[in-house]
Amino acid sequence: MKNKVALQKEVLSGAEIILRALEAEGVRDIFGYPGGSVIPLYDAIYHNKKLNHILTRHEQGAIHAAAGYARATGEVGVCIATSGPGATNLVTGLADAFMDSTPIVAITGQVTNNLLGRDSFQEAHISGIVIPITKYSYLVKDIKDLARVIHEAFYIAKSGRPGPVLIDIPKDVTVQTAEFNYPPIIDLPGYQPVHLVSDTAIDQTIAAILAAERPLIFIGGGAVNAKAFREVAELRKLLSIPFTYSLMGKGLLSDYEEASLGMLGMHGTAYANYAMHETDLVIGLGVRFDDRVTGKLSEFAKHATVIHADIDGAEFNKNVQADIILHGDLKETLQILNKKLAKVTLPAWKSWKEHLAELKATHPLQCENDKYLTPAFILESINDLVEGEAFFTTEVGQNQMWAAQYLKCKYPNTFITSGGLGTMGYGLPSATGIQKAHPDKPVFLIAGDGSLQMNIQEMATLVQNKLPVNIILLNNYSLGMVKQWQNFFFDSRYSSTDMTGQPDFVKLAEAYGAVGKRIVTQAEVAPALREALNSDKVYLLDFQIDPGQNVYPMVPAGGTLNNMYLA
Amino acid sequence: MKMTGAEILLDIIASHGVEYVYGYPGGAVLPIYDAFMNNDRVKHVLTRGEQAAVHSASGYARTTGKVGVCLATSGPGATNLVTGIATAYMDSIPIVAISGQVGTAMIGTDAFQEVDITGITMPITKHNYLVKDAKDLPGIIEEAFHIASTGRPGPVLIDIPRNVAEAVIDYKETAVVAIPSYKPTYKGHVAQIKNAANMILKAKKPVLFVGGGVISSGAWEEVVQLAETLQIPMAATLMGIGAFPMTHELSLGMLGLHGHPVANYAVNECDLLISLGVRFGDRVTGKISKFAPNAKIIHIDIDPAEIGKNVRVDLPIVGDIKTVVDELLKLIEEKENPLWLEHIATLRKKYPMSYGIRSGVRPQFVLETLSKLTKGEAYVCTDVGQHQMWTAQYYQFMKPRHFISSGGLGTMGYGVPAAVGAQMGAPDQLVVSVSGDGSFQMNFAEIATAVEQAAPIKMLLFNNSTLSLVRQLQHFQCDKRYNGITFTGNPDFVQLATAYPGVVGYRITKNEDVERVMQEALSNGKITLIECVVSNEEMVYPVIPNGGGLADMIHNPCLEEVIEQY
Amino acid sequence: MKHILTVQVMNRPGVLTRVAGLFARRGYNIDSLAVGKTDNPEVSRMTIVVDGDENVIEQVGKQLYKLIDVIKLTDITTEEYVDRELVIIKVCCDTNQRAEIMQIVDIFRGRIVDIGRDALMIEVTGDSGKVEAAISNLKSFGIREVVRTGKIAMIRSGNKK
Repeated sequence: MKNKVALQKEVLSGAEIILRALEAEGVRDIFGYPGGSVIPLYDAIYHNKKLNHILTRHEQGAIHAAAGYARATGEVGVCIATSGPGATNLVTGLADAFMDSTPIVAITGQVTNNLLGRDSFQEAHISGIVIPITKYSYLVKDIKDLARVIHEAFYIAKSGRPGPVLIDIPKDVTVQTAEFNYPPIIDLPGYQPVHLVSDTAIDQTIAAILAAERPLIFIGGGAVNAKAFREVAELRKLLSIPFTYSLMGKGLLSDYEEASLGMLGMHGTAYANYAMHETDLVIGLGVRFDDRVTGKLSEFAKHATVIHADIDGAEFNKNVQADIILHGDLKETLQILNKKLAKVTLPAWKSWKEHLAELKATHPLQCENDKYLTPAFILESINDLVEGEAFFTTEVGQNQMWAAQYLKCKYPNTFITSGGLGTMGYGLPSATGIQKAHPDKPVFLIAGDGSLQMNIQEMATLVQNKLPVNIILLNNYSLGMVKQWQNFFFDSRYSSTDMTGQPDFVKLAEAYGAVGKRIVTQAEVAPALREALNSDKVYLLDFQIDPGQNVYPMVPAGGTLNNMYLA
Repeated sequence: MKMTGAEILLDIIASHGVEYVYGYPGGAVLPIYDAFMNNDRVKHVLTRGEQAAVHSASGYARTTGKVGVCLATSGPGATNLVTGIATAYMDSIPIVAISGQVGTAMIGTDAFQEVDITGITMPITKHNYLVKDAKDLPGIIEEAFHIASTGRPGPVLIDIPRNVAEAVIDYKETAVVAIPSYKPTYKGHVAQIKNAANMILKAKKPVLFVGGGVISSGAWEEVVQLAETLQIPMAATLMGIGAFPMTHELSLGMLGLHGHPVANYAVNECDLLISLGVRFGDRVTGKISKFAPNAKIIHIDIDPAEIGKNVRVDLPIVGDIKTVVDELLKLIEEKENPLWLEHIATLRKKYPMSYGIRSGVRPQFVLETLSKLTKGEAYVCTDVGQHQMWTAQYYQFMKPRHFISSGGLGTMGYGVPAAVGAQMGAPDQLVVSVSGDGSFQMNFAEIATAVEQAAPIKMLLFNNSTLSLVRQLQHFQCDKRYNGITFTGNPDFVQLATAYPGVVGYRITKNEDVERVMQEALSNGKITLIECVVSNEEMVYPVIPNGGGLADMIHNPCLEEVIEQY
Repeated sequence: MKHILTVQVMNRPGVLTRVAGLFARRGYNIDSLAVGKTDNPEVSRMTIVVDGDENVIEQVGKQLYKLIDVIKLTDITTEEYVDRELVIIKVCCDTNQRAEIMQIVDIFRGRIVDIGRDALMIEVTGDSGKVEAAISNLKSFGIREVVRTGKIAMIRSGNKK
């Protein structure tokens, strides 16, 4: 112990303090892009043997990579950018992480203290800009605060409902020296993330379950963030009823389970949507009843008692009125609930389960798998090949919805996608982070040609870091999702959704020394996928899909869940 | 007339003479996109990312002098505009940025693709609006154009919820915009102008210091006339480049961190610095206490907040530069200034811009060649890094609005999309983007936009597989410990560019080939990439060391002999 | 040195955020800020007390002026002005201390606005000095809570220096 104390009295530069603090937080990999204001920090990284810096090709690439890394590991993702444009390039990634409750600590360089507020070169007031899209943001003007701030930032990012925290550090602070003392205690009187669920609410929950005739489990990203994997599985087993999930909840329970109804919502499966419409008890676990899930609020689960379990008190009654509120850490909440549930005799809900099985049989996901190269065929071929033993990430658009519908996940944290913000350009960089976190696992990126172009430069990061991601490009030469909306709601007036001038993606991949292949027939699909999977190179498979395809089912925005376009 | 919010929006945009809106569609802006189908006065240009849309609008605004307009959907679309808006804000570029927003009923519920973009952009816009009621929309759009383009120009953002764009309202073309709390001062204070004239006439060693404000104000002719009448040498900030021909006999070139030695020395020695539309940014002044130590400073600017912000000013004049200089010209007569000019001529001989001899393709030489082949009259859009400084140093700009570069924010990825916008603003002119491999990778996806728009831009790329301006900083500040700057996964850029249909690519590896290849590339009429493989050991000289003043600049070591002769 | 600025702004949503945000990003120190509507419902008036030297105050003024919603700004520090602050103090008090406390309140021309079993609530209006003095005089009884409005100020009519 004495040694440790002595160590803590070291005098270090601000830059070294940052890295020491990161080490203390257990960080191993950081994603970033250098610039004038972070020169001292990069110089400290040069001397550091424990931290691994991954140079991306754009700051947006860095933060999405950190997000992918965070989601694939359940740890805090870390990224670095310089002041000004470096910092502003993080904005979309921060907003994305904020909406999806992804724990990120973003470190930005800032101009020196004496230049602050003077519109200096590459000065942007980033700590102010990001107020609406971060859990918290800091500007550290004094080196004495630095270690404490970093400690707080990590604590805030990962505790309670996780989220991104930004730390803006002027260059002079990273050059000055101070005694390094990593504060053992966090003192934040205004931030109390821990909340213990009330016994009454647990008892009410059990009563509601016992009274229910048609109960349904609804799993969201909050359950993933709470790492309540075993607990949700146990609840599912105890109740022995089917479950559905939001986009963010996919993978928490295996899609290979009989009881899985798949995803709910605008592009959810028909049977999940019908089930939600008919249920009389929604057991919502770490969900936020987003508009993409609920459709018209007044019609959502109209006949149901709603149990809402979440760590974030502000989520209750925000969109859907909850009848029973389970406010607390989900893992803990379910441990308590499961313990009590195990002691009661539960109904079998036989007719309800039979009804759901029938719905599932009569309304399968529909997609003609004949001669065309359909997304369904491609994605199911991936399932056949990897059987859930892989990480999946997606871009945003039709590709994302098809992936959520057709890909089968076996484990939590293996389906990683931009849910709340719907950020095009998320997929490729997030794949960087995922593959970095799990070098030995296959990573598949499902992409559309629109989104893929948004951060296509990150191909170089994959190649430079030997991250053999498999890029599954569902290429329809258009912004398919927007086009689908124009098709449905604007009389097929396709304004600016057909893209000409597209690159030859095969040639583009080859320009990076990656392998590119264009695939036009069904017969080519499985061999190409197998080749990609078995290779240690980056693969870009350019699937020329039928451009006219829509994503079905579709609940029109603001519609009710039982009222879908089915084909 | 009954019109939807979206139709009104496009109508007002067109009424401001704007031909193109750069944007990217998404759910919240679908009604606006639908309105494009029935509007032939304003055309939508589909970019490959929203960040590029702002930069293209900026390139368009800077070549044409009009307001640039860009459009993005809610959520990530809007946040992708942030860097471009911040870039425009720092460089005072008139932009109206339009973002879609979720329906008013859903605002504040963390709805899908909802983000508080007016909150986010508060520090980086001149003003911004969230339109909650369709009947306010016409007035707000007019105000936005007014605010963006008057006074000190800048970006204005309008956040339009989907239902507001869809709403049908009774629309009459709005009369004059009147904002009681916004009234820029155009006419300078008469007595102050008189004082300025006296100071100028009395000065023995005056320098005219020209910034981006001169370009925004359209005052370049007046400024050159002022210089010529009184034989005052002129130095430009990065943003002021093009306000006077770089080959003008009174031109000192660029001032500052990487400025021309003669400009830096002249400002260091001058007894009067007549500053027009500048903001004394830290990259121009070096250490403030050492800036123009012997000079009285006259500062003319339309933004009163700039006066005295960074340097002490002896005589401020708040007003439009064109108007003020016009008044000033009435008060002065021709004057010779042989002693001061002779001294400057000596400085110029002693400290030429030179880059010495080394093997391989020399970026400075490439830019000199480009300058020669295009007679200094091409529109040149740069990215950010060493190449940006070399362009400012070695391309002899002859005309205003031709040098398009991110000055204040220093935004990598600006060049290619800005060039697309510039090309559309100046359709028959030669437009060249200049990039390093780091910056180029940030927005090269816009090649697709150029192809789609048949905008035959020329992309000059200096490839050294390094973030070499950062390398240069590490060279000087970190004792040559280079870290985080090496790109080993870079693509074959020629192959990459030619993956886009109809694009031509050249790679130059020998200095001897530069002129021939450039000549061919510039005249082929096609979208063209010219990749020059250069050394990452090249440095930008001169350079002012950290904390130094203008006179402390470090010269290119190759100049030692020349300097010693004097 | 502390400066008192009175700022007329358009009475619109977000104006306070714009002003507060400006102070944060430029690194100015706000001592206090009070805001409310004027006789014209479209205009609000802020009284801002800022700490800083002449250069800082000059920049504060100019930067505030740049906000599109700011109509008029006056630095009244060197003018003849009237300024007031309102404070409400909850002070511990058992019955036999009441008389003593009421005496102090009288001296400051304050008022007792609520009486509890073991506490009094006192309202005092005045310039900052008076408010400070009132608080410090009541300290010995044990202050439970204090709430202050921040300074509001106005130039005297006809007495402009």
